[in-house]
Amino acid sequence: MSSVRVEHLSKRFGQVEAIREVSFQVEEGEFVVLLGPSGCGKTTTLRCIAGLEVPNSGRIFFDQEDVTNLGPSARNIAFVFQLYALYPHLSVYDNVAFPLRAERLPREEVEKRTEEVLKLLQIDEIKRQKPRKLSGGQKQRVALGRAIVRRPRVFLLDEPLSNIDAKLREITRGELKKLQRSIKATTIYVTHDQVEAMTMADKIVVMNFGDIQQIGSPHEVYHYPANLFVARFIGSPGMNFIPGELLQKERLGVVINDSYFIPLEEEQIQAIEKKDISRKVILGVRPENIVVAEEGTVKAEVYVFESLGAENVVTFKVSEHLVKAVLPGDMYLSPGETVGLHFKEIRVFDARSEKLIA
Amino acid sequence: MANLSITDLTKKFGRTIAISKLSLEVKSGKITVLLGPTGAGKTTTLRCVAGLEKPDGGEIKIDGVLINDLPPKERDVAFVFQNFSLYPRYTVFENIASPLRIRGFSREEIDKKVREVAKLLHIEQLLDRKPIFISGGEMQRVAIARSLVRDPKVFLLDEPLTNLDAKIREEMRTELKRLQAESGATFFYATPDQAEALSMADWIAIIKNGHLMQEGTPTEIYHRPRNLFVADLVGSPGMNFIPAVIEGTNLNVGPGCFILPLKEEVLQAVRAKLSSAQVYLGVRPENILISSERKEGLYSGEVEVIEPLGLLQIVRLRLDHHFLRVRSEEKVHFAVGEQVFFNFKENKFHIFDRQTEERIW
Repeated sequence: MSSVRVEHLSKRFGQVEAIREVSFQVEEGEFVVLLGPSGCGKTTTLRCIAGLEVPNSGRIFFDQEDVTNLGPSARNIAFVFQLYALYPHLSVYDNVAFPLRAERLPREEVEKRTEEVLKLLQIDEIKRQKPRKLSGGQKQRVALGRAIVRRPRVFLLDEPLSNIDAKLREITRGELKKLQRSIKATTIYVTHDQVEAMTMADKIVVMNFGDIQQIGSPHEVYHYPANLFVARFIGSPGMNFIPGELLQKERLGVVINDSYFIPLEEEQIQAIEKKDISRKVILGVRPENIVVAEEGTVKAEVYVFESLGAENVVTFKVSEHLVKAVLPGDMYLSPGETVGLHFKEIRVFDARSEKLIA
Repeated sequence: MANLSITDLTKKFGRTIAISKLSLEVKSGKITVLLGPTGAGKTTTLRCVAGLEKPDGGEIKIDGVLINDLPPKERDVAFVFQNFSLYPRYTVFENIASPLRIRGFSREEIDKKVREVAKLLHIEQLLDRKPIFISGGEMQRVAIARSLVRDPKVFLLDEPLTNLDAKIREEMRTELKRLQAESGATFFYATPDQAEALSMADWIAIIKNGHLMQEGTPTEIYHRPRNLFVADLVGSPGMNFIPAVIEGTNLNVGPGCFILPLKEEVLQAVRAKLSSAQVYLGVRPENILISSERKEGLYSGEVEVIEPLGLLQIVRLRLDHHFLRVRSEEKVHFAVGEQVFFNFKENKFHIFDRQTEERIW
């Protein structure tokens, strides 16, 4: 497997700039997810890496080799669209061996490599069976087996789980991650589903309107989103935003609605003082970081109550702003009720640039 | 708003039975959600109520009045479809106003009602635009506004949010729920999405192959599923199921993975309903406690996959040929391959009869 380096990649379709100056790196064996809403340029980026689109500018490297001008077949990549698309009339063994036979490799070579892959993916015991007899997880292994038997330099997956039902997707996610780790496959995976990105990726590249918004681990993009877009896109429900102002009291904090003061952490205060930015800010708080507390700083009215079983999602009205909170499943509140809220782990964004300040 | 009452509704297409003796009360001013997988009969049920399909049996009543033989337009119901369509040449305003114009409302009334509903759905700023100049999410809001602008007895909503992307769907869920609460309208809402059902419904009816599997409040459905199908359908990540055998006063889980002693009350309940000793243990991911420390009374498993979700993570444990998904806090660190120890929250597990698939504890 190879590492992949994308440098200043741009691609236009007519007047439309699909991607602009996209740069990122995928280490050997790393699982990188390109995440964003439809039209953000993630699929175009993937197709450029596959050689299915020719970029207008920028370069693509596999290890040290510049592959920008190579055709798709010369790049030795495995492009997987759907993890369940198997040849129904062929056995597991023949499905996996298929790409090698298509390349007309000698029979011993085909046998040796196919057996190797069957063992690696632990499907050698079912190698004589036809796909329709297999479970979802087994089919997925066979599809992966067929992809890796050619020994590609990198795996490219374009929304491979989008056509399967929610329950199966939950399981498949974990399976795929486990397999990818066990064979140490360099993987670039495109999805619009932030849960898939969070749960599977080593590194997430968040895109919007053809630009990279942030590159980071799931922990980083969740806890330290670079801007409002990332903060809203990651998490379900996404982060809440309330306009406010920085204010120095006994310590530096954010005032919202001219009435509620929320103090900042020491590290945050340092970050802000250094940058010396405008006083207009946006306070961000994740729904999971809101706690109902009698002595809570913020008074809020229950607006909509939604039960999700393990937890409840409650929309509060904080003067004219709507704020969502994820509360324990055994906590019931009624619309109209007024409670105190405590905000934990708040984030501060610049109101104009929308970037994270602290 | 009105009560909708469905009794023994049956509908066949050729030899296929789409709905079988379905009985359900859709209460006035509430959201009743019809939840089930594709092909369960949700849309057919709604279409029978709307008068778009003719039932083969049963009664449909609105406020006690039988409507089986009324043509669709005399039923006074509004249908919101999954695949909405707007008039492309009309502005958003005209699109929303069209049902009122057909019914001969005055210009002032139309203006007032359209602006009111547009405000509720946050599309006031779009009223002068044509559909091609607005996004998919906005179009769906317009389609919903067009249905809501009237004041029908019952709203029938057939997966109205399915085609929207996740973020907008989440917002619309809350908006629709608030809108319904404020207007006091009667919603009969079909969806395959369990999260949508739990979060929006006052009452959930779960159907499978045209049969009613269970009905109840979201809390009842989640905490006291009647059978394996309901338990599996509701919740995300879903409930864990592991085959088990009842041996004396214990549950041999796996069998061979671990032994779970059963309390007297559990044993009594189980013995009363059990058809054989073969059962499934069912436990929700949030009802399992895990730790890296070995302690008396804890069971062990190996960490196979860790899925971070922000403040939470899902840890998948391997137990022999089975696995358990556990919801845990992100700040507790585990490593793949690590041996960890777990038990269940007090009595927070279920037992299902393997034969009948009914929940017996």
